[in-house]
Amino acid sequence: MAKLESSFKNMILSLTLISVGMSAALGFVYNLTKGPIEIAQKQKEVQALKEVLPEFDNDPTAGLKSQEGLNYYTATRSGEIVGYAVNTYTDKGFSGRFTLMVGFKPDGTINEISVLDQKETPGLGTKMKEPKFKDQFPGKNPAQFKLKVKKDGGQIDAITAATISSRAFCDAVQRAYDGYTVYCTESDTLQKTDAEVADSTAFQVKGGNQ
Amino acid sequence: MSNIKQFTKGLLKENPTFVLVLGTCPTLAVTTAAMNGIGMGLATTFVLVFSNLFVALLKNVIPDKVRIAAFIVVIATFVTIVDLVMKAFTPDLYKTLGIFIPLIVVNCIILGRAEAFAQKNSIYHSVLDGLGMGFGFTLAITLMGSIREILGNGSIFDIRLMSQEATTILIFILPPGAFLTYGYLIAIMNRIKAKYNI
Repeated sequence: MAKLESSFKNMILSLTLISVGMSAALGFVYNLTKGPIEIAQKQKEVQALKEVLPEFDNDPTAGLKSQEGLNYYTATRSGEIVGYAVNTYTDKGFSGRFTLMVGFKPDGTINEISVLDQKETPGLGTKMKEPKFKDQFPGKNPAQFKLKVKKDGGQIDAITAATISSRAFCDAVQRAYDGYTVYCTESDTLQKTDAEVADSTAFQVKGGNQ
Repeated sequence: MSNIKQFTKGLLKENPTFVLVLGTCPTLAVTTAAMNGIGMGLATTFVLVFSNLFVALLKNVIPDKVRIAAFIVVIATFVTIVDLVMKAFTPDLYKTLGIFIPLIVVNCIILGRAEAFAQKNSIYHSVLDGLGMGFGFTLAITLMGSIREILGNGSIFDIRLMSQEATTILIFILPPGAFLTYGYLIAIMNRIKAKYNI
């Protein structure tokens, strides 16, 4: 078959047909992968929850609460609350947003932190996943413990050559803690109106932490 | 050219990274670790093989004046397919490669091979060419990733070679290290090619 001539009609026909064919193929693959993608994301979530929370026997993803872009999970064991997990983020990362899962004990102490999604520089910012940096957080209560790198007057040793990532990490944990004090300390706080929520945040800033 | 040569030329003689110097953007950007090299290389190979196949298949129904647009539609489709499939079945690898997968669309190797090879050759040869070029690219960026990971992070494929406290040459995982490694590797390749007359 000879090559089609570049006439107006031929160009439109061939481009349209190719686009339609390719869109159909894409639609097919999208439908095929939609289920597995959801399962993979759910698994990731459950895995992270297991890492950051003390042992629990309920399904925290069932009682998920979402407020201002943060997700809150409550973990119970034989009916008793053993901890909370907060899916938090920061936009101050070296390569944009990254997300963490932070687990809290009921008294507000950090239990464990897991890095969910990050695009930091490999070998520098990615060291935030390593114990040397991450293990500075568990067991600390942000009420007394200053969540800032030492350069900024806090108590966290920053990663060498990755101060920005370290700062961002602290920012994300701080955001989780702020949200935690507002939404998790009393089980019925979610029924609060927006004004009351704003009030309690103001109280946090002025009066420190309970 | 014999069939087997269509495949092997991509590995050394016309290696896309070291000889044709195509697709340098992903080469420099993702090679901070050996694993990234393999993942990126295989994803690119998949796209390359299928885009070559379809371009060779459709070459007679694509009018010359809209060929680039048609090629891009074909390439973008396969990149999106790779993106979705990786997200579904290899979420961990997808996490590390992240934004580089959609960028395969603008990788010069793929459009370059469609334009310079697939639209003039048979379907069979185009697929072999895609495979050869893809593996050549994979080998090259995995090699670069390994060198940079060993020197800059003291590990390879995430297996630690040195203790965590050991001082590594950090610059090799930063952008300047990519250019340094790339330059030296091209020089070495040229030397080998001159010596053995490839």
